[in-house]
Amino acid sequence: MADLSVNICGIPFKNPIIPASGVFGYGREYEQYYPLSRLGGIATKGTTGTKRTGNLAPRVAETTSGMLNSVGLQNPGIDAFIANELPHLMQCGTVILANIAGSTAEECAEVAAKLDQTDVHMIELNISCPNVKQGGAAFGTSCETAAAVTAAVRKATSKPLCVKLSPNVTSITDIAKAVEAEGADALSLINTLLGMRIDLRTRRPILHNNMGGFSGPAVFPVAVRMVWQVANAVNIPIIGMGGVASGEDAAELMMAGASAVQVGTALVQDPYAPLRIIDELNDWLDTNHVASASELTGSVRAW
Amino acid sequence: MKQDQYTAKISYPICKMEQLNMAAWSMEILCPEVAAKAQPGQFVNILPEGGFTLRRPISICEIDKQAGTLRIVFEVRGKGTAALAQLRAGDTVNMLAPLGHGFSLPDSSEHVILVGGGIGTPPMLPLAQYFGKNAVVISGFRNQNAAILQEDFKAAGAKTILCTDDGSAGQKGLVTVPLAEEIQAQKPALICACGPMPMLKATAALAMENGIPCQVSLEERMGCGIGACLVCACRTKDAEGAEQYQHVCKNGPVFNAEEVVW
Repeated sequence: MADLSVNICGIPFKNPIIPASGVFGYGREYEQYYPLSRLGGIATKGTTGTKRTGNLAPRVAETTSGMLNSVGLQNPGIDAFIANELPHLMQCGTVILANIAGSTAEECAEVAAKLDQTDVHMIELNISCPNVKQGGAAFGTSCETAAAVTAAVRKATSKPLCVKLSPNVTSITDIAKAVEAEGADALSLINTLLGMRIDLRTRRPILHNNMGGFSGPAVFPVAVRMVWQVANAVNIPIIGMGGVASGEDAAELMMAGASAVQVGTALVQDPYAPLRIIDELNDWLDTNHVASASELTGSVRAW
Repeated sequence: MKQDQYTAKISYPICKMEQLNMAAWSMEILCPEVAAKAQPGQFVNILPEGGFTLRRPISICEIDKQAGTLRIVFEVRGKGTAALAQLRAGDTVNMLAPLGHGFSLPDSSEHVILVGGGIGTPPMLPLAQYFGKNAVVISGFRNQNAAILQEDFKAAGAKTILCTDDGSAGQKGLVTVPLAEEIQAQKPALICACGPMPMLKATAALAMENGIPCQVSLEERMGCGIGACLVCACRTKDAEGAEQYQHVCKNGPVFNAEEVVW
């Protein structure tokens, strides 16, 4: 049995596998399948200053080795989250990363300030959600706006702050460095890639929002590449994600530079995916005589 | 690949597979603990083999608690359902079930009308079996070749009325014509319906005009199937009449017709 524990920003995680924001809600639906304490952590559904109803359906489309989604940040708002969901989550025996988003830097800061008064372990700031017309994408796609929203949230909280980056940019390392310079404690990447599919019969985009976020095994090589590039550009820890579907995928993303790994689309397919990935990672470490998962981080021997 | 312990928890053997017509298949699955919990109107979410990302939600067509089996009837619509149609008795399916909120039923002595359109017809069968001779089943199909389950409804003791778009079997025309006649003949305690949205909308309108409670089973492109990923949104009204999104997989698939924003 390998040592699966990792430490990010001083927070101990019992293992490096974390359900990604958006696929896991606030955890309640998954408790019927297993105790949430088995997870390394939980990144909660993106929460905004006020309630959002989300986009019209269809919100999902299957693709080769992946899917598109355009939920549109449907959530009950930060006050309802803190009142109704967080107390339960904090009793689950795992690390809670509260994912937040907003239409303006002020909204993000206001949400972070409210969470600062709670016991949540870490704040994950979504600056990249490509679904919302006047939301995340605008911040995450330029160094100036990414830096500005990070700075605003940094002022609002002393909690460990992880900024979740968009892959839909020309240079992810420039964005990563801009965010690090404004006080981010960690980075998570990659969010979904912007994609689109069309129904040939109706000539309508399958998603009512026309475009949506592309995720799943198809994007995994993009995630490995971006995590590797960013790991070489910054001095803060990285939580990697993007198409991870097996323990071997998790090991690969950690070798590229990730300290922990989030699982999204694999979980939509199979509620047990995180547990299977934890077991597979452990088996891989044992088979390959690696004593500790944390030894993997950044261990790629690049040419 | 060796099946892991987690996949084993949700893998069930197929005990019977039957082709009903060019496109429709009937599958019986041995799953005693699922069958014990299953209610009419709930669904199963099956992951086809072959590299698919998403599960395929399919409504439950028969529940045999004694035998510990569920029956589903599905239509080949794309590659995923085509892969399911390749399966045979003895193969296993990776299935999450039973899922969703089913029909809320009055006593089986009440008179009800069940309306099914196309591949929306199968979830009417458990209701017909519950209400027996007190049920009128009105089902509509494109043509005679597409018509399914008529013998099953008769075996359940229900009165059956078949409609086809081209008149190749039963009455020619929409299900709403015999529905209006049946409502006039004997006002039912409940109308249940599943099928295309225009059919559901027309059925709900007739029910409302006549002051009859109506429950409809909705369909939407789905993700997790358990209420977490929020992709299968449908527009409904809350108690105050304000529009909101609910989710077909968890709040539904069965909704009271007056809740739905048509």
